[in-house]
Amino acid sequence: MHELSLCDDLLNQVIAIAQQNNAQSVESVTVTIGALAGIEPSLLENAFSIIKINTVAEFAQLIIRKVPVTVLCLQCGAKSEVLLNHLLCHVCKSHDTSLISGDELVLASVAFFV
Amino acid sequence: MCNTCGCNITPGNRPLVMAEKPKSGVTTISVLENLLSKNNNQAEHNRAHFDAAKVLVINLMSSPGSGKTALLEATIKRLRDSFKIAVIEGDLETENDTQRIQAQGVPAYQITTGTACHLDAHLVHNALHHFSLNDLDLLFIENVGNLVCPASFDLGHHRNVVLLSVTEGDDKPAKYPVMFRAADLMLISKTDLLPYLDDFSTSNAKQNLQNLANAAPVIEFSSKDSNGLDDWIAWLLSEIKTYTELLQTKKTQRPKVQQEGQFFHTSSVKPKFYPINTKITPD
Repeated sequence: MHELSLCDDLLNQVIAIAQQNNAQSVESVTVTIGALAGIEPSLLENAFSIIKINTVAEFAQLIIRKVPVTVLCLQCGAKSEVLLNHLLCHVCKSHDTSLISGDELVLASVAFFV
Repeated sequence: MCNTCGCNITPGNRPLVMAEKPKSGVTTISVLENLLSKNNNQAEHNRAHFDAAKVLVINLMSSPGSGKTALLEATIKRLRDSFKIAVIEGDLETENDTQRIQAQGVPAYQITTGTACHLDAHLVHNALHHFSLNDLDLLFIENVGNLVCPASFDLGHHRNVVLLSVTEGDDKPAKYPVMFRAADLMLISKTDLLPYLDDFSTSNAKQNLQNLANAAPVIEFSSKDSNGLDDWIAWLLSEIKTYTELLQTKKTQRPKVQQEGQFFHTSSVKPKFYPINTKITPD
């Protein structure tokens, strides 16, 4: 639901980077989004396509890389890829796990024409 | 998370980030900045204000109508003679909740978000101008009723309390994992209604919370018959004690989810603690 406001921050970051690098136009913007980040990729795409108009990123493609949820078991040390509402160790079934990926919400890179 | 030490690179995204294919005529630069960094920076700033004034800040989150304001009314009645309490209320519209809190004799400020579905660190910072933080011990932030978005925004607070009223169903932690994973305490509210419901099991609710690898305590509470009020007050008092001890060693308290993130990014990012001695004054 807050994808549009998030997208505004994303675009501001991209524009700042484009200016710092004297970019003529932005070719693509890559973001990394974990399944537990609370962001819906399709809504972010829609928001980006609206908000980029009349900016240096007008023709930029938004590339969304989805990251699966992975936990590290603090009991047996195993790593498991899990469902986002079942963060248990697949090996020993322990609840005592820590998230090692899946909550990312990161602007990974910006590609542009100078 | 930051973009200087590479701590945004997790085992999950490392191969993706590193595998950039060069294209002719195109310059690609790696950024690795959290999309919420603007909010998170403001949240750190807020937390520094809270820590300088030694105010424990609790963020209450739940779906609309699960009893956040009723919980606050009962809490204030019990604690207002021993602690200086204030409340920030977040709603899309109306000042109803603020009036209910003010009727209990403590300062309250209403943030009406209009259409926004959550509070963010900037909104909370603006609201702080309406309080004298140095005169407070305990600040509650009653977030917008919503089990989705508020979980993603650090406000600079110290603890997340997530309410689950029994009429909502015991599977809510499984349906809204992002929210319930963030809970430092899950409070099952409206337990006086349990005799009328045949489909809510508190043990199922606890199991669903545990399935999120969240070992947070669970308290059953009713504002009608004061069931669980003592447990809730005891939890609050222990949090105040823990927080006070942390401050004495120049550390601060953080909601669980952010702490967990730091566990894996300990290489160079240290928890920030920078006391601000000046009072917040209106812009």
